[in-house]
Amino acid sequence: MQARQRSFRAGLMGAALAAATLSCRAEGVLDPWGPVGATQRQLLYECLGVMLLVVVPVIVLTLAFAWWFRASNRRAAYRPDWSYSGKVEFAIWIIPLLIVLFLAAVAWVGSHELDPYRPLHGSHGSSKRLRVEVVSMDWKWLFIYPELGVASVNELALPLDTPVRMDITSASVMNAIFIPGLAGQIYAMAGMCTQMSVIADKEGIYRGLSSQFSGDGFSDMNFRVIAADRPGFERWVEGLRRSGQVLDKPAYERLIGHRGTAAASYYATADNDLFDYAMQRGTRPTSAVKARTVDPQTGVCRSMNLTNGAH
Amino acid sequence: MLGKLTLAAIPLDQPIIMVTCVVLLIGIAFVLGLLTWLGRWKWLWEEWLTTVDHKRVGIMYVLLAVVMLLRGFSDAIMMRSQQALAATGGAGFLPPEHYDQVFSAHGTIMIFFMAMPFVVGLMNFVVPLQIGARDVAFPVMNALSFWLTAAGALLINVSLGVGEFARTGWLVYPPLSELAYSPGVGVDYYLWALQISGLGTLLSGINLVTTIMRCRAPGMKLEYMPIFTWTALAANMLIVAAFPVLTATFAMLLLDRYADMHFFTNEAGGNPMMFVNLIWMWGHPEVYILVIPAFGVFSEVIATFSGKPLFGYRSMVIATMAITLLAFTTWAHHFFTMGAGANVNGFFGITTMIISIPTGVKIFNWLLTMYGGRVRFTSPVLWTIGFMITFTIGGMTGVLMSIPPVDFVLHNSLFLVAHFHNVIIGGVVFACMAALTYWFPKAFGFTLDERLGKMVFWCWFVGFYLAFMPLYALGFLGMTRRMNHTDNPAWTPYLYVAVAGAALIMLGIVLQVVQLVVSIRTRQQRRDLTGDPWQGRTLEWSTVSPPPAYNFAVLPAVQGIDAHWAARRSDVPTPARTIEAIEMPKRSALGFVVAFLAVTGGFGMVWHIYWLGAASLLAALACWIWQSWSDDDETTLTAREVEAVEATSRLRTVRA
Repeated sequence: MQARQRSFRAGLMGAALAAATLSCRAEGVLDPWGPVGATQRQLLYECLGVMLLVVVPVIVLTLAFAWWFRASNRRAAYRPDWSYSGKVEFAIWIIPLLIVLFLAAVAWVGSHELDPYRPLHGSHGSSKRLRVEVVSMDWKWLFIYPELGVASVNELALPLDTPVRMDITSASVMNAIFIPGLAGQIYAMAGMCTQMSVIADKEGIYRGLSSQFSGDGFSDMNFRVIAADRPGFERWVEGLRRSGQVLDKPAYERLIGHRGTAAASYYATADNDLFDYAMQRGTRPTSAVKARTVDPQTGVCRSMNLTNGAH
Repeated sequence: MLGKLTLAAIPLDQPIIMVTCVVLLIGIAFVLGLLTWLGRWKWLWEEWLTTVDHKRVGIMYVLLAVVMLLRGFSDAIMMRSQQALAATGGAGFLPPEHYDQVFSAHGTIMIFFMAMPFVVGLMNFVVPLQIGARDVAFPVMNALSFWLTAAGALLINVSLGVGEFARTGWLVYPPLSELAYSPGVGVDYYLWALQISGLGTLLSGINLVTTIMRCRAPGMKLEYMPIFTWTALAANMLIVAAFPVLTATFAMLLLDRYADMHFFTNEAGGNPMMFVNLIWMWGHPEVYILVIPAFGVFSEVIATFSGKPLFGYRSMVIATMAITLLAFTTWAHHFFTMGAGANVNGFFGITTMIISIPTGVKIFNWLLTMYGGRVRFTSPVLWTIGFMITFTIGGMTGVLMSIPPVDFVLHNSLFLVAHFHNVIIGGVVFACMAALTYWFPKAFGFTLDERLGKMVFWCWFVGFYLAFMPLYALGFLGMTRRMNHTDNPAWTPYLYVAVAGAALIMLGIVLQVVQLVVSIRTRQQRRDLTGDPWQGRTLEWSTVSPPPAYNFAVLPAVQGIDAHWAARRSDVPTPARTIEAIEMPKRSALGFVVAFLAVTGGFGMVWHIYWLGAASLLAALACWIWQSWSDDDETTLTAREVEAVEATSRLRTVRA
């Protein structure tokens, strides 16, 4: 059992290293490995470019005016009373206004198109989708694959070109799940469910982390993200199944009971209502039980208060 | 009897803290000893501790800010060096439980006890002089405001040696700051210190709004007010509107922690998201409380040293007031990633970028003020040009993050840290430095050394770029804030460069101290005998430096913008007006005593020594009632006494 797990881990590490050399690039938000990240970067560049159209001239003019109108330059005209010009005033209001009009359109359209709650569609029209449930803990991440019945700690695998919907909650304080290059971040909050839709489209091993400070173990709250093709992903799930560990409610309690960082670990089976349990557990003791409802059309999840354990 | 307080509260096992405490105690003992040796206790009590003169209160605010800058900057150096030393997988020299206190204290001190007192102090000193008033509307309350701020600062610093400070970040987000996750006294120190100083700030805001609305010199209509006074009006209106939100929010968190309530807890129906909304409902206006007066400083400096009126006065006023209103419409941009949805995010993204329109107008106005001017490159002008460049970049990165999808990749990263330091250092700190040089001769009667002043500027300017441009890059590389240690080789070089930048800023701060010392020692050669060392434009330059207690023997009559400049340029001599008797407020120990009680009461509440808290509160209330019923709070300077003071200052001028 132990040996099998070790060899499985070694295999996983080997695959990881190979993928890392394969992908071999700087990590970060400017190096996207999914369509959401790519669009975010494109927006960033566009807006930066438009603003630089004004910012660069302003900086140049600041230096130029200061230099030309220096007190010792007698060639510069001194106009001690010039303090108003209607045309100039019009221009200095209208220039920022126009830029903001453009940026406002980008912000409005962008925040709808890239709303992390919005379900994504795969590029090849494939209907395959995946759900991952994420629970932040002190100080580690639990990933549950409800359709596959497996779970892992501090390691998240994503099949390429497959729309993945993450449901996110917290077992304790506020955190934010942040996967640079994939789709950014969203808060994890106890008793609440947030969502992030992602698609990975470049194979590799990446880093995920928490971006919302959550206490002493915060800096080690990292997790490995493996973006693999279908067979690779299936091998990864198979590895989890072979681990033999069971994540039931007592095991979950042990997991959150241990306040500390953790290495990656794997669960062959996970209770299918574990995420709802985690959401309620996060607010206990409480009279108002919170539950998640999922809109069947959109797949959007909301947390709502139910009276006295109607759930 | 002593609540939770035991000897174990003193962290004897922490060498860094203990050495700091010992050095601090030696420093305090030295100052006290010096005062005794020089026999200056009576002078200190009568001239400073019980003063109600707005100029002295303003100076004490700035002094507090400078001292707190040193404290906050030591925290910054510790953070930078920790991140550099722990960038390759090592542990560094600060374990998380200490490091978390350091970054929380850095933010808290720099905003509440460095930037705020500096800006409030400037407004206190300058505004009454600029509007031709003899003091603020409520001088005793003004002193009380200062002393409450000082009490909060003291309480925060006591947490260094007795107990601990919050380990939650500077805005103590629950549920991390709730009893379940922060059982120590750190968050309590934070809350009580800020409740006390917040009350002081609110009182000061009420005071300055009243002063500006009611105490202007005859003839000074609103549209004749100097721009700095306009910005002070805007900032203080924001204080009056925003600080009660802060007080209420902290009161709820205190009730959670002390009375087992559940406003912001995870359980029992509490809602941590509500705290985040409320704190930013105060927090975003707070940014403008700091930066709007900074805009005012730059407006005064650039107009004075260009020898021209400010370009587009009316635009500037409209822009300032627009920012004041809009400041309350943007708070949710601090948490786009909370998942409020596309409509909410889009709305707050757009309101945020709308603020950049009036701000952009201001930048153009300063630019065009230089156009056609004769710009003298004094150090305040260097700070202003440095600000215009730096703030434009900081504004751009801010607008970038106001686009929600972009914020989803940059939020809580070092890009964000770089952005707000870019606007707060490049805006507020640069303004404070410019203002210090600009108004120093008015306050003390001699100018500061220019050569050293320019060196200070270059250290800060270059140091800022070295320290914070790498943080922008690190944000793009996916590094988040508040990391105690990292092991990403791509991040390491940037962290090293940032330390070098911090070291350069430190050199700037050291040179600043040197500048003060050198200037004081050579003050005889740098006396300002005219009252107007810069060819200024506004009324503060029409009285002597330093001004007498009553500021103006005869209140100036104002007929337009830039009253002093206009009077100097017109050949018509101002008609001589007879000096009359002046009513002056008496000095008062109220502020000092109540602040003392605030410290004991706050300390008592932090440690659950409830009798001490209750006794202090009752005693403070008694002081307040006693003060309210006291009629004997004014004294009259007769016309002859005023003449005598005026004659002495004339004599000083003639002797030169």
